[in-house]
Amino acid sequence: MNFDPRYSGRSFTSVGTRPIRPDGVDKVTGRARYGADFNMAGQLVGRILRSPHAHAIIRKIDTSKAEKLAGVKAVITAKDLPDLTDGDAAMYDILDNSMARTKALYDGHAVAAVAAIDARTARQALKLIEVDYEVLPHVTDVDEAMKHSAPLINDAIFTEGLEEKPVKPSNVTKRTQYGHGDVHQGFGEADFVVERSFKTEQTHQGYIEPHACVASVNPDGTADLWVCTQGHFVYRQHCAQLLGLEASKLRVTSSEIGGGFGGKTHVWAEPVALALSRKAGRPVKLVMTRDEVFRASGPTSATSIDVKIGAKKDGTITAAEATLRYSCGPYAGMWAEIGAMTAFACYKLENVKTVGYEVLVNRPKTAAYRAPSAPMAAFAVESAVDELAKEIGIDPVDFRIKNAAQEGTRASYGPVYGPIGIGPTLEAVKNHPHMKAPLGTNQGRGMACGFWFNFGGQTCTDLNIGMDGSVSLAVGTVDVGGSRASLSLVAAEELGIDYAHVKAIVADTSSLGYNDMTDGSRGTFSSSMATISAARNAIKILRERAAQMWDISVDDVAWEKGHAVAKGEKHGNLGKLSLKEIAAESGKTGGPIAGHSELVADGAGVSFATHICDIEVDPETGSTRVLRYTVVQDAGKAVHPTYVEGQYQGGAAQGIGWALNEEYIYGKDGRLQNPGFLDYRIPVCSDLPMIDTQILEIPNPNHPYGVRGVGETSIVPPLAAIANAVSNAVGVRMSHIPMSPPRILAALEAERERFSR
Amino acid sequence: MAGVAVSTTINGDHVEYLCQPDETLLEVLRDRLGLTGAKEGCGTGDCGACSVIVDDRLVCSCLVLGAEAEGRQIETIEGMAHGDQLHPLQQKFLEHAALQCGICTPGFLIAAKDLLAKNPDPTEEEIRFGLAGNLCRCTGYDKIVRAVQDAANVMKGA
Ligand code: FES
Ligand code: FES
Repeated sequence: MNFDPRYSGRSFTSVGTRPIRPDGVDKVTGRARYGADFNMAGQLVGRILRSPHAHAIIRKIDTSKAEKLAGVKAVITAKDLPDLTDGDAAMYDILDNSMARTKALYDGHAVAAVAAIDARTARQALKLIEVDYEVLPHVTDVDEAMKHSAPLINDAIFTEGLEEKPVKPSNVTKRTQYGHGDVHQGFGEADFVVERSFKTEQTHQGYIEPHACVASVNPDGTADLWVCTQGHFVYRQHCAQLLGLEASKLRVTSSEIGGGFGGKTHVWAEPVALALSRKAGRPVKLVMTRDEVFRASGPTSATSIDVKIGAKKDGTITAAEATLRYSCGPYAGMWAEIGAMTAFACYKLENVKTVGYEVLVNRPKTAAYRAPSAPMAAFAVESAVDELAKEIGIDPVDFRIKNAAQEGTRASYGPVYGPIGIGPTLEAVKNHPHMKAPLGTNQGRGMACGFWFNFGGQTCTDLNIGMDGSVSLAVGTVDVGGSRASLSLVAAEELGIDYAHVKAIVADTSSLGYNDMTDGSRGTFSSSMATISAARNAIKILRERAAQMWDISVDDVAWEKGHAVAKGEKHGNLGKLSLKEIAAESGKTGGPIAGHSELVADGAGVSFATHICDIEVDPETGSTRVLRYTVVQDAGKAVHPTYVEGQYQGGAAQGIGWALNEEYIYGKDGRLQNPGFLDYRIPVCSDLPMIDTQILEIPNPNHPYGVRGVGETSIVPPLAAIANAVSNAVGVRMSHIPMSPPRILAALEAERERFSR
Repeated sequence: MAGVAVSTTINGDHVEYLCQPDETLLEVLRDRLGLTGAKEGCGTGDCGACSVIVDDRLVCSCLVLGAEAEGRQIETIEGMAHGDQLHPLQQKFLEHAALQCGICTPGFLIAAKDLLAKNPDPTEEEIRFGLAGNLCRCTGYDKIVRAVQDAANVMKGA
């Protein structure tokens, strides 16, 4: 492949406009088909039995009564999903998470499943399954789980990453460290040092569509899976491996997806549905209830973080240090490590050190949640940065501008930055009218910065030109929020035709080569790169065909604005041939015209954002109100600006919910007490103001159009921005997220006591 | 359990079905009648994804029994457009990109239609409280509110 992905500084015709998305009409008429909207002939209903215990040995499961119930076609336990993971520890965890093998590790852990002729029969059958548990002591709090006295969740875990191999097992699976310089020396040079500890509670991605799939395993060893997923190719790999199928015989079709935010990046119940179908010999539809979604899928880590930052009187940071403990659920993860990488990524630091600890707890397996791990680290760091600015007596925005990372800065996690947007977002915030608007009593303003890496990854795309000159674009990255519109714009731009003539679809796993999933904000970044490459390949063929039609050398044919143009004086009378004209003749000039591309999209440009928000706090009740919110973020190049704004607004809203309200609440019995939208309350329309956005465009040098991923960074600053606003409103540093009314009242109370003493 | 025979009107069409006494209207619509436009986000009345209008009242169809539809007029998302003519709310949702994943969209459209039928000229605050029974996790509601405002203006002019 001789595709040059470098930024070329071109001007745009289609890219940057705001047309209606190709899948829009289906979605406003109710015709779009999501995970639960698909049916197959002879389909059964699958249901899963889940552990009511946070930690228990499964002594015995008796399924005989359930099997005898009329209408039950299959009952399975872990025995029906034999271990085929062949030493792959991560896959083994995924297998054990889909169906507990020897121990139930959290409230909601799957232990058995049934397929029956209808939902009622399936529910009845679950009640007839007898599970003999030996209940074990459990631990759900991240700090408690680190103590030596804590119940051990997996006695085969010995902390990795320590200088000496530990002699005893522990709930800490791994220690990681990042940074450079000498923090000890750096703190010695500081005139001011701030040291604080912070906690954040566990939240769920909260997609409105529960996990849903229809699985069909055929007698000939082929299988089909219809599923809502962020990555159908990844689901195919996982399921094929766990079920012992050949990947090419398992066709996975991604349905429309009703939100994922990272929570639909690896399999949960899909292997169970396939195993049920295999055993019953019929298709099985398996849809999680909301209760199951909360108890057994998703959530992000709960965290406990210590931060120490030192600076000189002139506002130069001399050293920064953080220790981050992230809960992983009962399986190893790399969540604290990501937190440790992102914590200080916004700043230019001589001396920086971050240490992460991955901690096992009896809670559901932690999954990615939009810029996973970064919001909590940013909350701790950006809160401490505000405190430090206050101690020095310098404006918090100016303090950040003075220390912001720049092109050439060595990031705290290792690499040296290219052109980046942290400085420009800070300057934009400094000059934003929001920063100058007056505030009333009990109101506070806060701002904070956020960073996210962005990913690229494996991508494969097909572009087919119809004989009528219209273009169908088949991509393999699931569209989570409008990427089909963006990618159609990119194809139109590159070919020089109108957006209306391009139709993008998401192809299934049998129709296209492997694609990594839509995560890491890679959907539009990587698939647009592959689309540009595919379009350029198609243009090459279009030029050849035009040359053939004119009977001249292809070297004399250029492609300009959707037309083949004959170059050189001797061809002066040939004029132009449109894409449509060339396509119409394709049957006679060599057959269908198409462009294909497969690539690894490297160089996803890092992304920065700065947010501002105003909060009003009622000192009597501790309740809060978001009065005004502004997002400023670098998009590299906004392909479809409306959907870019949508990403900024959506991430901010999720961050607001996390900051003020959302949390997993576990009882002493280790059971989740709020597994529903009534008690786990995500922001509703009346909780929020309009969310203002400002898109900056600092081109990514590693993408032909300068595009950067935009999906995730917007959830990074809100926790900190809101904590800074609340702290400014009430005059007390808030150190525990969410800042729910009882926590705010307790903080106010503690402050009053401190003064009265 | 013996089925209950129900005779009702859905999107203007006469419809008859048999359902179990404990079956919800949402289950009937989705699993018996193939009207999968209404979505199940929670099944407990907390998300509004299953919103339909029963006799001019906005309800969560997951909280209504299929048997209760007897003799009623039911409006679902499938009946919102007239032929190929989208309802102004549908059109404005598209123009404003008031949907990202779109799973909440049928519920929002039905709830917004009910809101505008009762209050054709709502303030931003009235829209926000009027739609507070519908959850959207993707958009932050900004573009949804703007789409409803714009549709209200178009409908007033009509
Ligand atoms: S499914 Fe009816 S309100 Fe959520
Ligand atoms: S658009 Fe996804 S939940 Fe509203």
